[in-house]
Amino acid sequence: MLELRKDIFADERDDNLKEIGKGTQRQDMLGHVTGTSSYFNDHKLQGMLHLKVVRSTQAHARIRRIDTTDAERSAGVRRIIRGTDVPVNLNTLLSLINFGKDDEPSLAVDKVRYKGEPILAIVADSEHEAFEAIAKVKVDYEPLPAVFDVEDALKSGAPVVNETYPKNTFIYHDVYDHQRLRFGDADAALASADHVLEQRYQMSPIEHAPTETNGAIAAPDTNGRYVVYTSTQALFFSVDTCAKILDVPSNTFHFIGGTVGGGFGGKVDTLTEPLAILGAMLTGRPVRYVFGREEEMQYGPPRGAERIYIKDGVMRDGRVVARKIRAYFDSGAYTRLSSYAAVKCAAHLPGPYTIPNVYGDVYCVFTNRTPATAMRGFGVTAMDFAIECQMDKLANLVGMDPMEFRILNAYRDGDMKAHRREAKNTALIECVQVAAEKAKWPIRDEFRRASSRKDGGGSRAAIPPTPTDSRARPAAPAQQRTSYDRAPVTATREPPRDPPPPAPPPPPPRPAAPSHGATRFSSVFGTRRR
Amino acid sequence: MTRHRGRGMASINYPIGMNLGGDPSQALVHSNPSGKFTVALSSIDLGQGMKSVTRQICAETLGVPVEDVYVDTADSDTGPHCMGSFASRGTHRVGNAVMAAAREARGVMMEAAAEELEVNAADLETDGRGNIHVKGAPHRSISTKDVAIAAQFKQGKTISGRGIFLVPLSNVDPETGEMSPATCYAHACLVAEVEVDDETGEVAMVRMDSAYELGRALNPRLVEQQLVGGAWMGVSHALYETPEPYYPDPVHGPRDFVEYLMPGPGDIWPHDIAVLERPAPDGPFGAKGPGEMCANPVLPAVANAIFNAVGVRIDDLPITPEKVLRAIKSQGGARPQARR
Repeated sequence: MLELRKDIFADERDDNLKEIGKGTQRQDMLGHVTGTSSYFNDHKLQGMLHLKVVRSTQAHARIRRIDTTDAERSAGVRRIIRGTDVPVNLNTLLSLINFGKDDEPSLAVDKVRYKGEPILAIVADSEHEAFEAIAKVKVDYEPLPAVFDVEDALKSGAPVVNETYPKNTFIYHDVYDHQRLRFGDADAALASADHVLEQRYQMSPIEHAPTETNGAIAAPDTNGRYVVYTSTQALFFSVDTCAKILDVPSNTFHFIGGTVGGGFGGKVDTLTEPLAILGAMLTGRPVRYVFGREEEMQYGPPRGAERIYIKDGVMRDGRVVARKIRAYFDSGAYTRLSSYAAVKCAAHLPGPYTIPNVYGDVYCVFTNRTPATAMRGFGVTAMDFAIECQMDKLANLVGMDPMEFRILNAYRDGDMKAHRREAKNTALIECVQVAAEKAKWPIRDEFRRASSRKDGGGSRAAIPPTPTDSRARPAAPAQQRTSYDRAPVTATREPPRDPPPPAPPPPPPRPAAPSHGATRFSSVFGTRRR
Repeated sequence: MTRHRGRGMASINYPIGMNLGGDPSQALVHSNPSGKFTVALSSIDLGQGMKSVTRQICAETLGVPVEDVYVDTADSDTGPHCMGSFASRGTHRVGNAVMAAAREARGVMMEAAAEELEVNAADLETDGRGNIHVKGAPHRSISTKDVAIAAQFKQGKTISGRGIFLVPLSNVDPETGEMSPATCYAHACLVAEVEVDDETGEVAMVRMDSAYELGRALNPRLVEQQLVGGAWMGVSHALYETPEPYYPDPVHGPRDFVEYLMPGPGDIWPHDIAVLERPAPDGPFGAKGPGEMCANPVLPAVANAIFNAVGVRIDDLPITPEKVLRAIKSQGGARPQARR
């Protein structure tokens, strides 16, 4: 099934190793196959209570009143937690790395922004009793108009999903409602291309579908600490998120993760730990909060949908000369991590090809749906679907074999990428050649002889003149320390470019601002928390 | 009713680690008195095998058998900081941190051995089987166990090491998007063969051939597990899954595995994989990370294969039988393209 092609790139490797390259049995194999590996949910603690949340039945509504009179009297109920009980009831995950504004409550207070948003947490002796109490909570909603389509959300007069971002988009660099990529003059190249093809692609939301649903068990420990068994994919990310929401020092917590029953990106959001710990703080008892399967599928964060428009210019000989892309990430009601993915997506354009003119606008858009989060291939999977379907169509358009079309346009060592860094250590061409060989898909000799290590660089290493949009450049926002402070960023921390790219001939007119490599303003991370 | 076969392909690359860097991971390595090593991490093993590859990296760097290394992780009291298990960063970031820690521990171990053998540490080498000997003179040898005992009880040395790996954070130019997103990229090309039923619109997978370039396959069995599982996920994304089947209309959301569709055992197809290794200059032993990218080429390769089979382009995922059938009907029947 798996063949190691040691013959390729052999001159770049030392294969004289003892443990590396061996198919050694996994360290945890015995535990897995005998069913003795420990998961967070295997910790059944004495006196453990169970937490469940009341979820919004509305996609967008004001909360007029929450009546818990009957729920409080319900059998087995130990504590009802409201938004006002959460010490810091507003957070955004990437505030830890100084990116974005706090925009999401742990428990909704005045308004719900998606169907399934948590409003109350009920801690009871059993899950069954928690569910019975939930059924007795009466929430009086005043429904608001909702918006579900990313492009509708950007229209003027669209309902405001999340007041932190009143235009329904994440704000980049304090000024733009999208992340841009500009390399060369795509419009001019499209105008002179032999063929232009514009297409629309739609990635659906996807559920991570882990075998083990999201969950945590928190218990009071000695000396005022709390031990937390968790399914998190990012232990310290969860520790520090909880410390912020619960407003205590991070060493209050002893987090124990371990074997996780499938993550795929769906266990980064730290959704269950803060409420489980708060429940333990308020009751003095161990508290378990685990998603049911329906919660995991509908209200646990999915891979977000993406809508992508690609407009390409291609010449009769098969060279792609321009690629213009507009992409919309459907973030749902809150930011979570989609803002980060849009930047990663912009960096990925135009795919693994050397295209001399690239133009990209990537939006992170808020809609009244379950907040999206990371998933395997975050920021790239949908774009690769769009780009590679587009490449197939372009090859068809110019009458070329799709494998040969990929090799012709593939990036090679020494080429300048659209994000203005030199391509190194590339291997796309070799992958296409080997896949063709395995699939017995004939390609012509000249394409079989192509190499990632040959024919790159030179004129392909140039940064082309790039027209700029006439707009004042944003001022540097104030620096502020956060938990994982990644600032300040200065030009000196930039890895040196080797070799330096040739200067663009002739230098295009630019605003009075430093060019790359010189003093930089701002952080990547756009809007700072204030 | 006719079943039409078609082949499609796609090629991709994928950045390793968190976009823009700035995502550190740390590792601590220490020996117990009998020369068995523990790697302390806080990184999470999601089933991908993070514990196993870091164990192999540690053993290779120390020059001891893999059985002499145990990876202890996911405890915030004992493990040093790690950004987390995502963004294909485990092998590259955590692996490098472990390598740095193991290198430091190896330095102490070799010094301690040199003192016992009364030679210069630079003249020593490990045999990978638990012994340290003088280069060219295997009989002048000492076991790592005896070195650990001597270091601890006689020399008062701690055979331990600390490691951190950080790709410095890159800036992003707001106007041009100029940035340093990643230090290395994995690559892939995949060919999918499908069979499309023009009466039902159903798509069945026939086979796959693929080539993945991953820097270094640290453990080919774990790589195979990732690539096979990732291809399954890719087909599932392409043809089956979504919690919002009528997106953007949020109705009819599935609530369980009866309503949420995925390929079952009967839908599995043969998959022939080639792995290429072009070492990343900053990867541990050149390794990149296969974790995320392996699903990516599958979606477009399947879509392109469907076009090849029946001549319809479905640009909205997932490619359900309903969408295929509507597209075939609207073009007046299947239009098979040139066989590949």
